[in-house]
Amino acid sequence: MGYVAIKGGTAAIEASIERLTSMRLREGRVLDVDRVRAGMRLLIDQVMSESSLYDEQIAAICIKQAEGSPEEAVFTMRAFRSTLPRLHYSTVVESETMRIERRISATFKDIPGGQILGASYDYVHRLIDFSLTDESDRGAAEWLTAWQGAAAAGATTAHGGPSPSDGATTAHGGPAPPAADGAFPVGRLPKVMDYLRDQGLMKPVTDDDTPPVDVTKESLSFPAPRSARLQVLTRGQTGTVTALGYASLRGYGPLLHPTVGELRVGRLPVYVPDPFRSADKGGAPGSTAGTMPTDEDSYYIGEVRVTEVESVVPVAVPRGEGKTEIEFDLGYGVCYGQNETKAIAMSLLDQCLENPDPGHPTHDEEFVLLHIDSVEATGFISHLKLPHYVTFQSELDSVRKSRRSKQASFSDRDVAVPTRSNG
Amino acid sequence: MRSLYNFAFFDEGSKREIRRATLKAIAIPGYQVPFASREMPIARGWGTGGLQLTLSLVGREDRRTVIDQGAAESVNAVSIKKLVGYSTGVETTEETSEATLIQSRHRIPEVPLQENQILVLQVPIPEPLRFVEHREYVTKRLHAERDYSGAYLILFEQIMRHGRVSTGADHPVEVHDRYVMAPSPIPRFDNPKMDHSRALILLGAGREKKIYAVPPYTTVRSLDFEDHPFEVEDVTGRSCRLCGATGVYLDEFLDEETGETYYQCNDTSYCLRRLNGREVSDGAV
Repeated sequence: MGYVAIKGGTAAIEASIERLTSMRLREGRVLDVDRVRAGMRLLIDQVMSESSLYDEQIAAICIKQAEGSPEEAVFTMRAFRSTLPRLHYSTVVESETMRIERRISATFKDIPGGQILGASYDYVHRLIDFSLTDESDRGAAEWLTAWQGAAAAGATTAHGGPSPSDGATTAHGGPAPPAADGAFPVGRLPKVMDYLRDQGLMKPVTDDDTPPVDVTKESLSFPAPRSARLQVLTRGQTGTVTALGYASLRGYGPLLHPTVGELRVGRLPVYVPDPFRSADKGGAPGSTAGTMPTDEDSYYIGEVRVTEVESVVPVAVPRGEGKTEIEFDLGYGVCYGQNETKAIAMSLLDQCLENPDPGHPTHDEEFVLLHIDSVEATGFISHLKLPHYVTFQSELDSVRKSRRSKQASFSDRDVAVPTRSNG
Repeated sequence: MRSLYNFAFFDEGSKREIRRATLKAIAIPGYQVPFASREMPIARGWGTGGLQLTLSLVGREDRRTVIDQGAAESVNAVSIKKLVGYSTGVETTEETSEATLIQSRHRIPEVPLQENQILVLQVPIPEPLRFVEHREYVTKRLHAERDYSGAYLILFEQIMRHGRVSTGADHPVEVHDRYVMAPSPIPRFDNPKMDHSRALILLGAGREKKIYAVPPYTTVRSLDFEDHPFEVEDVTGRSCRLCGATGVYLDEFLDEETGETYYQCNDTSYCLRRLNGREVSDGAV
C-alpha cells in the first residue's frame, strides 16, 4: 500500500465517472429532452429560477444529465451561465404589463378584474393517479382536443378564466378564453396593492430609480441594497427560501401574520435597448438605469414566465407618546417560472430584511443572504467528502502535543479542540 | 462532446475582471479583495476560488500542475487539472518545480518556489476573524482599524485552556506588518515558507468571493506571543518510508499487518523526485 496516496487516483476516478454514466443508462432507455421539457414543467421552472438562467431547453438537458437532481441541474446550469458574456441589459419592465395566467388575492373576495385561478395544484387532492402508468401520447392528444373544444364552445368554461364583476373565487366563465399558450390577452389588471395605497393604509413609498446591483458582477457587500437582496432571494434554493420564510412566519421575528395581497403567474415581455441608438451601449446596469430607453427604442426579444407576489404585512408604527398604530408594509417576491411557495416565502423574507433585527436570524441579512444559495450551500457541504489528510494531521499534532504537555490540573477530556474549519 | 465553452472556460470579460481584482490584491498584501466569483463546473468549496485565479492567469505558454493535499493524483487535483486541460489544452506536469502555475489545496510544495512560478492556494474561509465575529460588516471594520485583538484572543484562550497554542492548519499570519490573513488551511509547517517567498502567492476563495495575495519577498509572520512562540508540527524522529526524507511534512499510515504507524512524504512530487534521483545514483554505483 506504499503508493496509495501517490498513484492510481486517476484511473479510479475515470472508472467512477463511467459508473455514473452507467447508472443513467442502465436500463437501456434514454430520456428524451423534449419530453423532459414537456412533462417536467415545474422542475424546469425551479431549476431555471435557482440557476437565474431562463432557458427551458438548457434546463431540460441539465435535468436529464443530472438524472433529475435539482441540485446538480442548477449547478451545471449556473456554471454554464458564468461563461456567457453580457451583451445587453434589458429595460425596466412594469409588472402590470404581465400577460396573466393566474392571479389571486387573499385580501379581498372581490378584486377589480376578478380572481383568475389558472393552473394550480392548490385545488387538487394529492391522491396518486395510478392510471398515469398507462398514459399514452394518443390519449393526451384526445384529452387536449376535447378540452380545447369545450373551451372554444364558450359557455361556462372551466378554464379558470377571469370572472366579470361578481369576482367570486368560483371564477367560471371568462369574457375571453385563454390563448393556446394559456395566457389571457394583454389587459392591465389593476394591482390590489394600489387599492390599499389609495386608501392610505400602506406605508408610502417613493420611487427609487437607483441602478440595481448585480451580485453576479460584483460581490455582495453589507449592508446590502434592496436590489441585491431581492436578487439573492430570487436565486435562492427553493427549500431554503421556504424554510426561512416559514421560520419567520412561525415566530422567529416580530412578523405579524402576513396576507398575500396578490399573487400573479404570467409572462413579462423583455426588451433590450437598440445597441446602435443607445448612447451607453453595452454598459453596466449602472450606466443605463435612470435613462432607460422607451419601448420604441428597444427590441422585443421574448417573454419570461414569472411568479410575482406582493404580501401585506401588518407592522406597528410608533406614533409618539407611547402609542402605536398598525400600518401595512409590503413584501415583494418574484421568481422565474411558476414557483408560488418560493415567491411567497421570498416576499416574507424581503419584508424581514427591510426591517433588520439582530435578535432574529430571519431579519439578519448576512444570515439569510449568505446561506440561501443552492450552489454555495451544497458545494461547501459536499466538500467535506474531500480528503483532509493534511489538515487532520495538523490537528492531530496539536491534540497530541497538548495531551502530552497537559498539566495535572487539566482533565483527560480537555483535549484541544480545533478552532477553525479546515476546508 | 459538443462544447460551447471559451478558452479557459470564462468569457474574456470575466477573466479581465478577475485579473483586476488580483492586481489590487497584490498591491495591498494580505487584504481581501472582494470579486464577483463565478459559478464553476466544480463545486463551491472544492477549489473554485483557486480555479478562477488559475483560469484567469493561464496562457498557452504555461506549464501547470494542481496539487491537492500534497498529491497531484488526488481526487480533486485530477478533476481540476482535467477541467483546465479540457478548456485550455495547456500542458500539465507532475513535477512541481517545472510548473509555472501551481494550484494547491492545503500545502506549499517542499521544493522552494522560484520567481517564475505562481502559487495559487484554495481558501475555504478567508476571514481570519470569522470565528470571533460572524458579521462581514464588522470584520471589514476591524481590518480597517487594524484591530486584531480577536485573532490574538483565540490563541490566548487556547493557551489558557490547553497550556499551549492549539491551532491546526490555517494558523493566522500578519502580512507586510499590516493585514492579518488566513494562509488557507496549510499546516503550520508551511507558514514559514510564505515569508519572503520568491514566488507570487495568490489565494482565492470562490464561495466567499475574495482574492488576496502575498507578493514575492514580503514579510509574513505567524501570530504568536513572546512566551509562546509559534511552533510548527513536530516531525522530528520521523522519516519517509519510501524516500527516507526527514524534516518534511509527512502523512501518517497504519500498517494493516503489523499494526505499526509509519510515515510517507505528503508532497508526492518531492518524494518521487527523490526516489528517481536515488535510482539514478544507485545505478551509477
